[in-house]
Amino acid sequence: MVEVGLTHFLVVSSILFSFGLYGVLTRKNAILVLMGIELMLNAANINFVAFSRYGNFGLNGQLMALFVIVLAAAEAAIALAIVLNIYKTFGHVNVDEIDNLKE
Amino acid sequence: MSIYDFIFYLFAILTIVSALMVVSSDNIVRSAFYLLATFFGVSGLYVLLGADFVAVTQIMVYIGGILILLLFGVMLTSNITHVEIKKGMKNIVPAIIAIGVLLGALISMMFNTKWKEQLAELPQTTSYELGRLLITDYVLIFELLGILLLIALIGAASMARRDKVED
Repeated sequence: MVEVGLTHFLVVSSILFSFGLYGVLTRKNAILVLMGIELMLNAANINFVAFSRYGNFGLNGQLMALFVIVLAAAEAAIALAIVLNIYKTFGHVNVDEIDNLKE
Repeated sequence: MSIYDFIFYLFAILTIVSALMVVSSDNIVRSAFYLLATFFGVSGLYVLLGADFVAVTQIMVYIGGILILLLFGVMLTSNITHVEIKKGMKNIVPAIIAIGVLLGALISMMFNTKWKEQLAELPQTTSYELGRLLITDYVLIFELLGILLLIALIGAASMARRDKVED
């Protein structure tokens, strides 16, 4: 078996990204769509940290990963508030059935 | 096969298998708990990459914060006592085809690109250097992120409020 290098981490992150996109595309429930988005953000983060380790960029990659984590936290809070409002209005959170802006 | 490789494959398999379960599980609550395993595996990969501070932040923010938020979302928006927790998928076949093409393209690109691999000389513990960068080179982004978080939290709280106060 080859020694673990940059490519291994990139492949893991590619697979993670694809699964996240699959979740976003196929899921009906808005919360599960959010989980897919979190998977994709994590995949991007692995890339940042991996290039920070195997390149000559110092710690800039790790800092970008930290910024992404902060943005993901803000995004999750806002998205959850929106989902709660959708649930109050429609009584469900199926993204394929929500086609009105108001009742 | 060195111990480093062994641990890498352990965490990689944990991450990928649980990510697959997240997107394919029928039960929303179960998906959320598989997501916990995924975040944990990714955090292990960060440790292998020498990013100790990012790994701890991943555990604290993702598992301690975002996952709890998502679980609250699941509990508040689906009727748990009801037998059929609302699930369901759409467009499975086209999605699988599209994802297969994307995954093949990504992986072949990762293998065929000649990456300039050189192990960076990272400090033994990264938190000191990260903190120094945050208040020198990245101070503007740091402040902006603080304001963004404040606005996001106020906005989320006011949006999710149960009763609208009439003026």
